[in-house]
Amino acid sequence: MPLVHLTYHLQRFFPGLRSVQVPAATVAEVIAALDRGRPGLATYIVDERGALRPHVHIFIGGRRVRDRAALTDPVGAEDEVHVVQALSGG
Amino acid sequence: MARARKGAPRGALLLGTRKGLLTLVRGRGRWRVVGQEFLGIAVAYARVDERDGTGWACLDHGHWGQKLHRLRGDARRWEEVPAPRYPADTRGTDGRPATLRYLWTIAPGGEDRPGRLYAGTVPGGLFRSEDGGESFELVRGLWDHPSRAGQWLGGGKDFEHPGLHSVVVDPRASDHVWVGVSCAGVFETTDGGATWAPRNRGLVATFLPDPRAEVGHDPHCLVQSRARADRLWQQNHCGIFRSDDGGGRWRRCSRPGALPHFGFAMAVDPEDADTAWVVPALADDRRVAVDGALCVCRTRDAGRTWKALRRGLPQADCYDVVLRHGLDHDRGRLAFGTTTGHCFVSEDRGDSWTCAGHHLPPIHSVRFAGC
Repeated sequence: MPLVHLTYHLQRFFPGLRSVQVPAATVAEVIAALDRGRPGLATYIVDERGALRPHVHIFIGGRRVRDRAALTDPVGAEDEVHVVQALSGG
Repeated sequence: MARARKGAPRGALLLGTRKGLLTLVRGRGRWRVVGQEFLGIAVAYARVDERDGTGWACLDHGHWGQKLHRLRGDARRWEEVPAPRYPADTRGTDGRPATLRYLWTIAPGGEDRPGRLYAGTVPGGLFRSEDGGESFELVRGLWDHPSRAGQWLGGGKDFEHPGLHSVVVDPRASDHVWVGVSCAGVFETTDGGATWAPRNRGLVATFLPDPRAEVGHDPHCLVQSRARADRLWQQNHCGIFRSDDGGGRWRRCSRPGALPHFGFAMAVDPEDADTAWVVPALADDRRVAVDGALCVCRTRDAGRTWKALRRGLPQADCYDVVLRHGLDHDRGRLAFGTTTGHCFVSEDRGDSWTCAGHHLPPIHSVRFAGC
């Protein structure tokens, strides 16, 4: 199963959040699996259409996901997935 | 100060700021910050629902989207509740799928509807909850109004998308509601939201090809006096306007070049519908304090005359502006907060002011708790 690493900034809203393996074959399935484990987590990463929020990026094995709208990029069983945010502003 | 409940004490000030929610109380002759929540996260709007003491905060995470938080009257901690969601079949005025871009206001839905709440949003949707905020549904009657596709414009918070920032519920009949939308105007329903009609006759919008258009206006905020529920007030780009017939006809209560004429926030006395306050700014293309000096203007004759009140307010080198939710009134006490992080309070209906907070973050909303 792919291993998912989440930006530590999300720990503020989901205490105890750790890297986790989830059963998923696409990025959308990764997000759905994360949300099953921590209800509400998906709403921080994607909007109500399932599209990646503008300042959030997801990498699969170091490659940025291409499909930000439907998150159809495939995820392999050995992949590591990173969910990161772009910090900006003051 | 005695606490009527475990949430915000009655009479406290809730400031929604660029860097979190601040609670101020008055003690030993001065105001001080006694509460700080959501540090570092922008709070678009915060208030207490006077019906049950529940606190509400609309958060604008920037990165993580718009979130709604609640502090029940008997609770000690804020809790996140699901934010309104645009249904899958909705599209914005740009034709793209609609998503929640900003939670701009939340309002109680009437004394006889204890579970009813409204949420005003960008891109222009009004949402209603009937279960105390556990869930919200888009008010389709307004969203599907035929004017939205072609006549609602971006403005206010978002240049690309319209935003609904004001909800006024008739204290005599809870299914009678007015909303203010930037840029579309005032809309009214008398059947609980099933049907809506624009109420913008008499307004002027000089920025439109047709300044007298029925739809496309930019009310900065919409307020009402409980003492006379058919009297509505608003400021917009072209002046201060009053309606005495529930929005059927608006008349201007200001003159170009005079003080006041332009601004965002407005408060009205719930006991005296002739008395209202605004915080003027310099013209819509400048948006700073007029002549570098801050003042509050008050009318006691329904807008025929205005008096500038300056005692205790900075009168030089001042650039403060008050946003549309940044002024409130509670039983003779007034408060406002500015985009440069100053909060001022008057205990005498605006005659004199004291600074309740310097060096605060930019202030989006100011509301007294329990009023």
